[in-house]
Amino acid sequence: MSEDRSLARRVNCVVNGTAQAAEVSVRRTLADYLRQDLGLTGTHLGCEHGVCGACTVLVDGRAVRSCLMLAVQAEGCAVTTVEGIAPDVVTLHPLQTAFAKHHALQCGFCTPGMLTTLLEFLEEVPAPTAEEIRIVISGNLCRCTGYEPIVAATLEAAAVMRGGA
Amino acid sequence: MKPPPFAYHDPSTLEEAISLLSTLPNARPLAGGQSMMPMLNMRFAQPDHLVDLNRIAGLDGVTVEPDGALTIGAMARQRVLEQHPEVARRCPLMVEALAQVGHRQTRNRGTIGGSLCHLDPAAELPLVAAAMEAVVRVAGPNGQRDIAFADFAQGYMTPEMEPEELLVAVRIPAQPAGAGHCFLEYARRHGDFAIASVAVMLVPDAVGRIAEARVALGGVGAVPLRLPEAEAALRGAPDVSRAVAATKTLEPMEDALVPAWYRRHLAGVLLGRALVIAQSRMGRA
Amino acid sequence: MTGGTAFRDVPRLEDPPLLRGRARFVDDIRAAGGLHAAFLRSPFAHAAIRAIDASAARALPGVRLVLTAADLNPHLTETRLKVALPSPAFRQTLDRPVLASGEVVHVGEAVAIIVADDRYIAEDALSLIEVDYDPLDAVADCVAALADGAPTAHQGAPHNLVGDFTLGFGDPDAAFASAAVVVRETLSQHRGVAHSMECRGLVAIPDPIEDRLTVWSSTQTPHVARRMLCDILGLREDQVRVVTPDVGGGFGPKLVFYPEEAAVAAAARLLGRPVKWIEDRREHFIAATQERDQVWDVELAMDAEGRILGVRGEMIHDHGAWTARGLNVAYGAVSAMPLAYIVPAYRIRSRSAVTNKVPVTPIRGAGQPQGVFAMERLLDRAAQRLGLDRAEIRRRNLVPADRMPYATPLKTRGGMQVVLDSGDFPQCMAEALQRADWDGFRDRQEAARVQGRYLGIGVANYVEGTGRGPFEHVSVRLEPSGRIFVATGAAPMGQSTRTMLAQLVAEQLGGDMANVEVSAGDTATSPLGLGGFNSRQAVMAGTSAHVASIKVRDRVLQVAATLLEASEADLEIAGRAVRVTGTGMQVTLAEIARAAAGLPGFALPGGRAGIAAAEEVVIDPMTYANGSCVAEVEVDAGTGNIAITRLSFMHDCGRALHPRIVEGQVLGGIAHGIGNALFEWMGFDDQAQPVTTNLAEYLLMSATEMPHAISIGHLESPTPLNPLGIKGVGESGVIPVAAAIASAVEDALSPFDARMNRVPIAPHDVVAAMLGDAAR
Ligand code: FES
Ligand code: FES
Repeated sequence: MSEDRSLARRVNCVVNGTAQAAEVSVRRTLADYLRQDLGLTGTHLGCEHGVCGACTVLVDGRAVRSCLMLAVQAEGCAVTTVEGIAPDVVTLHPLQTAFAKHHALQCGFCTPGMLTTLLEFLEEVPAPTAEEIRIVISGNLCRCTGYEPIVAATLEAAAVMRGGA
Repeated sequence: MKPPPFAYHDPSTLEEAISLLSTLPNARPLAGGQSMMPMLNMRFAQPDHLVDLNRIAGLDGVTVEPDGALTIGAMARQRVLEQHPEVARRCPLMVEALAQVGHRQTRNRGTIGGSLCHLDPAAELPLVAAAMEAVVRVAGPNGQRDIAFADFAQGYMTPEMEPEELLVAVRIPAQPAGAGHCFLEYARRHGDFAIASVAVMLVPDAVGRIAEARVALGGVGAVPLRLPEAEAALRGAPDVSRAVAATKTLEPMEDALVPAWYRRHLAGVLLGRALVIAQSRMGRA
Repeated sequence: MTGGTAFRDVPRLEDPPLLRGRARFVDDIRAAGGLHAAFLRSPFAHAAIRAIDASAARALPGVRLVLTAADLNPHLTETRLKVALPSPAFRQTLDRPVLASGEVVHVGEAVAIIVADDRYIAEDALSLIEVDYDPLDAVADCVAALADGAPTAHQGAPHNLVGDFTLGFGDPDAAFASAAVVVRETLSQHRGVAHSMECRGLVAIPDPIEDRLTVWSSTQTPHVARRMLCDILGLREDQVRVVTPDVGGGFGPKLVFYPEEAAVAAAARLLGRPVKWIEDRREHFIAATQERDQVWDVELAMDAEGRILGVRGEMIHDHGAWTARGLNVAYGAVSAMPLAYIVPAYRIRSRSAVTNKVPVTPIRGAGQPQGVFAMERLLDRAAQRLGLDRAEIRRRNLVPADRMPYATPLKTRGGMQVVLDSGDFPQCMAEALQRADWDGFRDRQEAARVQGRYLGIGVANYVEGTGRGPFEHVSVRLEPSGRIFVATGAAPMGQSTRTMLAQLVAEQLGGDMANVEVSAGDTATSPLGLGGFNSRQAVMAGTSAHVASIKVRDRVLQVAATLLEASEADLEIAGRAVRVTGTGMQVTLAEIARAAAGLPGFALPGGRAGIAAAEEVVIDPMTYANGSCVAEVEVDAGTGNIAITRLSFMHDCGRALHPRIVEGQVLGGIAHGIGNALFEWMGFDDQAQPVTTNLAEYLLMSATEMPHAISIGHLESPTPLNPLGIKGVGESGVIPVAAAIASAVEDALSPFDARMNRVPIAPHDVVAAMLGDAAR
């Protein structure tokens, strides 16, 4: 690959707790980097113009749309994707458990973006109202569920998380 | 929908950024990217060089001037401003507006400077800048200059800036003591660009009468508009219906989704409602 | 003996991988050496193609192949997509080409395919292809399309009429002649886009050694896709495998076989390398099929007591530029209109018009929302004229429970009589009204008016044909590992099809769903299949799974009886073993399968080999689900905003295999219906240029627009048409919602005598209705 750092460069970041370094073209989006270079295909692309929220990941703890960031901009950042949410391979995060219980996912395509968005939110607002939840996921489109099961799941997960479960 | 090829630069100083912008052909700055990146992905924007401002230190500060004004660095994230205590204290209008700017994920990246330069006629922050009589600071190869926001917002999505210039900060005079403010908009969905929006600031005198009124409207013109007739009608003994009637002269743009008359109609409705709220929040000087 | 897994809320098999980001959607599939495709699409709604120069694109480093129609067609045994469902009503054949040649007839039509090392480069090359277009008059409107002297959407076509049929029975003219009241309206529903959150896409992986092709496709109909690929590429069925990965929503358009699938598969074979194409959202706006544009001019005749005497009228359906499925949406709309009510005489002529817009095929509801909208708006109008409560006029006309099964004079598109098999429509509406506190509404409304607030309420009923036959394939096999392997031609797209089948199979075979492996939507594991559409999979595949599982259970017990030297009557399957009731004696499913697999020279238990059954249970008649929706709205007299303050929905889909999933399907449909009623508008200008091509302009419902008070209730009228008593539910939620909301808005605006004859209703429509010209 080119020596010219303006066309391609090595990106170092920590993804789901693992240090990653890869040479990427400067125009590669963070979403494509995660999906194609790191094989973390849990982050989905639903619109690539910043409306659907399916591509949401946490960058340094903040929920952002990974279709609207370049991979090179993640240099030095800590990135969390949906693959990094569950504590281990057998246990699910309380939010994930509540999603399954409340049928908050059907096709599941929007789910990774919902989960990452809500994780940041619940960190900040541990005891949210239903209306606050609706507002926070209003930037995440879901064509299947009609959203209310997601709101119900989030309320329950928040309670579980507050309980320290 | 993938970005076109470009060369990428991430300068660490403002000077470097300006020199890149003034020497490289067809170079565009990249701030928070919440408008620029979609335009790149859709290839509506095809720069040869992208100058990323995110690594420049010191462009994202929020400082309180001796006169109480806020100076906000261009790269301050919208989400940071939304949660900033000084912004809440000195410019509550902005906090009210920010709750309607896009969504949490876009506000986490989006910057105030990016929004002001993008200058979407229905965007919230330019409307706040118009209502607050903000002054923007622009830096270029020949140094810095300050521009009143009214002059900065020159035309449809066109700020008064040269391609090699950058917006570095915006100065927002503190909300006067006792002033009542209100930001209202109507959008079809939460977080959408407004069909019409209104920012109102009513500044009282010592006895609680309106000494100064500011009425700014978004979505109804090429740029955020002030409505002097409405402002005049509100001073002293306020004539709300005359103020609202002033919206009848607006000539909004027509588009495939929203008829112009409806934007004009909404401006009047929202102004009427905003004035009620702003008046209820007004105290004394 | 039951496994306790069916008809209850068991955990979904689909959830854990989806929640962990470890599911496998089509774009997640990486084939070694894979290349990426992009399509050059027409920027014109109608133009002649004079010349194409792709030399610069071909020369771009990283570009592997560029094909126009002229390059591609010599490699195809069939250059057009022959997908039309047969109908005598066709007036033109409009099979679309794989790639456009000579003429483009809608914005977004594929003109060339580019294959490159990655999608970025493929998109770079798009702008390097030069096409010399000669723009032609475009047909943007389906009504204008049928006017005398209208330009034609296809050059050289005699006219724009593609389908013309009249559906009717009885003597409507006599009915109208004797009517006490006749109401007539012009009604329309606007075109929308399906917008599954995952767009379309496929990965075609050629195997040059064996001359085979594997296609991973985000399709609702893998078996149809295989047949089409065989026809187009000149391959045998054994050479082509089409398999669906996880599918991120379908909602209709993914049941269609598309030009892109043929072009990508052909390119992969030409290159001898895997090629992936993932539709981006902008392409979805201009290349995935759309639905709902219809204009109805209809009238309703009533006697003085508010009983329906007859319905007649005309409907013009926007077919789009090509026949991508058939006349089925128009047919579905016209046959849905009278279904919930006793209508003695009926005649609707439907004409389908060719326009220079994206082809039209079913989207969730498939014409039925339009038919229901037409009927319900007319009933409201008649109620007004007769001074009857809108619920009362419906009560007087709904097909009563004691007439079930009710043989309507209608026929399905396949020529079979429409028989409403079961249900209690009046009870269903009564419960919806009760949930909505219909009777208390006038007080609420008056109290609000005093405060200057405008509330309205509306009701709509629907009957939906579900479980489209004739069959779905399911095989069930007990493997020597003791695992149960289920294969089906049904294709999941988010409706929990795997869970549904595992529930039914485990119900018969030990109750351990974790022991059931389901392969769905894979032509390699199912010889036959129709796929996912028309709210059919639980009914058709579920029934086949149920019947096959019972056969497998009988065989398991037969073998177990031999092994345990016990009577079959004393045996029960529990978990992964069969035991003799009340004793400690048992044999595992694995041991049973191994015994049935045979040993050389030894007799087989029961004299047969293996433990498996395959079923294609044939059920020709559709089973009819029904429901009632009551919407309550508050209209903001200033902004025109319509807030749905309360939505009450009663429905009946027979027995619910998984109540939570059923509820999820209904709720998702309701959200889609609200979108159709208030938000979703796929706009085109007068040159048929799309004006809403991103998700900021085209408004999908988000969480903040959902009504906070949604109440969904269930009646269970089991159908006699299948042994499970189940009916389909996937589309039900969407069907009555627009009608109920339009009714409610009209009610809220009754002081202004407003008429809501068109959806979506925008806030400026409301303001215009309230203020008239004063607003402008
Ligand atoms: S893919 Fe990033 S917001 Fe839709
Ligand atoms: S579950 Fe399918 S898009 Fe949300």
